[in-house]
Amino acid sequence: MMPEKVLGKRINSPSELEALEQSIVAKRDPDKPCVVLCAGTGCRAAGAEEVVDAFREEIKQQGLGDKVEVKSTGCHGFCERGPLVVLRPKKIFYQQITKEDIPEIVSESLVNDNIVERLLYADPATGEKIVYEDDVPFYKKQTRILLGANGEIDPTEIDDYIAIGGYSTLAKALFQMSPEEIIEEVKQSGLRGRGGAGFPTYRKWESCRHARGAIKYVICNADEGDPGAYQDRSLLEGNPHSVLEGMIIGAYAIGSHEGYIYVRNEYPLAVRHIGIAIEQAIEYGLLGENILGSGFDFGVSINRGGGAFVCGESTALMASLEGKIGEPRAKYIHTVEKGLWDRPSNLNNVKTWASVPLIINKGAKWYSQMGTEGTKGTMIFSLVGKVNNTGLIEVPMGTTLREIIYDIGGGIPGGKKFKAVQTGGPSGGCIPEELLHLPVDFDELTKAGSMMGSGGMIVMDEDTCMVDIARYFLTFLEEESCGKCVPCREGIKRMGQILTGITQGKGKEGDIEILEDLAGVLRDGSLCTLGTTAANPILTTIRHFRDEYEAHIKEKRCPAAVCQELIQYSIIEEKCPGCGLCVKACPTQAITLVAKKQPVILDQSKCIKCGACYDVCKLGAVAKR
Amino acid sequence: MVTLTIDGREIGAREGETILEAANRIGIYIPTLCYHEAISPYGACRLCTVEVNQRGRVRLVASCLFPVEQGLEVKTDSESVRKLRKGLMELLLASCPDSERIQSLAREMGVAETRFALEENKCILCGLCVRVCQEIAEKSIISFVGRGTKRKVATPFFIPSEECIKCQACAYICPTGAIRFEEGKLVLPT
Amino acid sequence: MNIDLAKIDSIIEPYKGRQGLLISLLQDIQAECNYLPEEALVEVSQALELPLSQVFSVATFFKAFSLEPRGRHLIMVCLGTACHVRGGERLAQKLERDLGIKPGETTQDFEFTLEAVNCLGCCALGPVVVIDGKYESKVDSAKLDSILKRYQSEANKG
Ligand SMILES: Cc1cc2nc3c(=O)[nH]c(=O)nc-3n(C[C@H](O)[C@H](O)[C@H](O)COP(=O)(O)O)c2cc1C
Ligand code: SF4
Ligand code: FES
Ligand code: FES
Repeated sequence: MMPEKVLGKRINSPSELEALEQSIVAKRDPDKPCVVLCAGTGCRAAGAEEVVDAFREEIKQQGLGDKVEVKSTGCHGFCERGPLVVLRPKKIFYQQITKEDIPEIVSESLVNDNIVERLLYADPATGEKIVYEDDVPFYKKQTRILLGANGEIDPTEIDDYIAIGGYSTLAKALFQMSPEEIIEEVKQSGLRGRGGAGFPTYRKWESCRHARGAIKYVICNADEGDPGAYQDRSLLEGNPHSVLEGMIIGAYAIGSHEGYIYVRNEYPLAVRHIGIAIEQAIEYGLLGENILGSGFDFGVSINRGGGAFVCGESTALMASLEGKIGEPRAKYIHTVEKGLWDRPSNLNNVKTWASVPLIINKGAKWYSQMGTEGTKGTMIFSLVGKVNNTGLIEVPMGTTLREIIYDIGGGIPGGKKFKAVQTGGPSGGCIPEELLHLPVDFDELTKAGSMMGSGGMIVMDEDTCMVDIARYFLTFLEEESCGKCVPCREGIKRMGQILTGITQGKGKEGDIEILEDLAGVLRDGSLCTLGTTAANPILTTIRHFRDEYEAHIKEKRCPAAVCQELIQYSIIEEKCPGCGLCVKACPTQAITLVAKKQPVILDQSKCIKCGACYDVCKLGAVAKR
Repeated sequence: MVTLTIDGREIGAREGETILEAANRIGIYIPTLCYHEAISPYGACRLCTVEVNQRGRVRLVASCLFPVEQGLEVKTDSESVRKLRKGLMELLLASCPDSERIQSLAREMGVAETRFALEENKCILCGLCVRVCQEIAEKSIISFVGRGTKRKVATPFFIPSEECIKCQACAYICPTGAIRFEEGKLVLPT
Repeated sequence: MNIDLAKIDSIIEPYKGRQGLLISLLQDIQAECNYLPEEALVEVSQALELPLSQVFSVATFFKAFSLEPRGRHLIMVCLGTACHVRGGERLAQKLERDLGIKPGETTQDFEFTLEAVNCLGCCALGPVVVIDGKYESKVDSAKLDSILKRYQSEANKG
């Protein structure tokens, strides 16, 4: 049921906003059963849309039409277990549900008061079945100040956001605080930008506020090109108003009346939700002219990027907002002085903007209690790769990598050994087992040669080849370099060639030294941070996994058995019953069946090393070396 | 007016001037490839990199873009500057081994040979032609096309442009002869 | 391929003179035509009062744009880090083999275009393949076979 809306009604003052909030809350019965379905991108991929429809249908069928509410929300975080459903008010948590489970959920848990055991999450460590969302270890160890609301609101309903106190902070900022007081509060909070560099947010705001120029811009960086990271997407999809509210407060503090959100077109749902949010905010008078009757004007438009990682870099982003190619320029004159259209411009990451309402609402003191000496607050990571509980997590800064990977992430799947965790995207590096005690914060991870970056955290196990990972990042960067400056364009290409050679068994003595030389040229000579940090994935893997490089170069051997040119598949005859599964799987007919109960024969000259046989053999009769 | 020192010489400079302009004015040589005084600086070749000490903070910057400031100390030929330029020339020499300009600059930086596989480019993507066409001829006939290592200088859809006024400024300014005119027709770099 | 110029004009209309929205405009045209036709780029340059060389430059800079007609189905295989460590590259190789095309290319019958992309924002469930906007998660070679079969048999039906 759509909540009754006060459509077309502008909110003209903080008291009207408060009244609206109260009326929305009053109309909602907190004890009314509500089926909260995660419809974030992960759960959608697992079939959430079908599940939402099926729930609505089934609830009608079983005659609960007006007794139960169905809410489809943004990402809850535990993507690995999707589609997820939470039955409020008790917060019963079911996971990996399918269309077929729904009649049972409705009749057992909504009509009656029973639990559907088989849909509960079982703690892999103890086997214990967990009924309530808050008790799931994955969530229990998190502090979800930014992500928490994702599970409570329908992102396409501004009333949902207002019902949880949304925009009341904006009212506070506009009516009770001066721009200077807001900047001071942000300063006291210790907030540092979440886009990667960790630059103190207040300093940018202050410089931009003081920069000369009548027209100033605030911009939200939602380009999120970092491979393996999707937290900005999930915030925009799941709680777009929190980002908007942060931007409006920031604009007021800076003295800007025009804002942009630069979002990847590859995120259609984020584009849609933020678009709807803007429309609704305008309708309510929370955006546009004379916001909440305060006399402050601010408008936002959406610009859609198109598949260029470098456009996340601030000056490249601004160039593309001007309709030009995403080519960075030198920042000797800062963008807060001369940015978009040469005017003072303040750019912040999605998570940075979303943190602002929390800080202004609950105060700098509350915020700065979380985190470490140098980095306050929480961080959202996309915990992915070879880890059991993949998904989005939010933890206080200072949580150790080990806690994240083992306590929240549940460790490495399949009994494999942990090898490294990659943070900071292509500018970051790989952190080995010995350093898992490191707390996450901007400075600590930088000391380890990596970076916190914008929150990608990719776990790698013993089956990951670290030379291949370095090659992978260099190939990525070669594709993504804008091509403007010589060190980046030519240097990355050469490093890529050398690394590719090493993974193909063509590595030579001295290659590592050339790589290190080139790393210096890139670091010292490149125009933007894409180039200056491009060698980090190589340098950290050389530093921590030099033996793997040497195995490739000297022995022409890939210890993790990944590099195709250096491995061979073979049949372990004792284990092979000649079932023929691999024969069918092989795309090149390299494997032949001899006779029943006799091992198959693999012809190396035909093998293209695709690994199909290895994947399909359940008996472990295919060896990879 | 601001005062700064370049290689130990104290000089006065106009606010907004770049280090390169100031250095050139007093006859201090800084190598460049993508710079021309008649058009706006771009900062692509990085050869003009110098070392600056900014109130104690030492770093390498592109002198064609870095604005002078009061008290700045500039070294145009420090150890780290020389090392970087050498590295850059080694990369350029591998990319455009046949260009005389590149060969002579490489010699100048003490780069006798390159450790990388040779390519056969002529264009070093300095963008002088693109800028001269835009800023002096005001035609914007050519632009960069594609990105990264696939970047090229070209006309739209790689077909000859009817709007080209054949002023030949691009061919004139090109440091490597990669873009040229043959029988009155623009020949794009390959 | 026939291009509906009137349709393109109507897409361009609201963007007239708004140079900053060039990339968004190109996105909309591509969504309509499934690529960026030459004629459209010329019109865009006139409507936005931008040099054609700049429009062409932008159209070739961003990976999302194609200057050639694409197939009926767009297959995007993720090569982001999370998908890479879970075998994304091997899926890409398989797609190349099965379709007989390289990333960026289109099959001769214009049924399929293959693109390799760096992260589709669904990293927890990698490796990810997206076909016509539909996300397929935790794809392995068997699952890929069945997905491809579904689209291929649909194609054979016409
Ligand atoms: C190559 C490159 C890509 C980047 N991509 C992003 C991105 O996708 N999102 C982001 O917020 N910041 C990105 N950044 C960092 C931005 O340049 C900028 O520092 C940040 O958006 C500022 O916001 P913050 O102060 O809130 O962190 C990138 C930087 C570089 C060099
Ligand atoms: S460092 Fe790379 S991405 Fe940055 S300007 Fe230079 S070529 Fe472009
Ligand atoms: S002359 Fe300064 S970078 Fe080329
Ligand atoms: S790494 Fe594949 S979806 Fe992000």
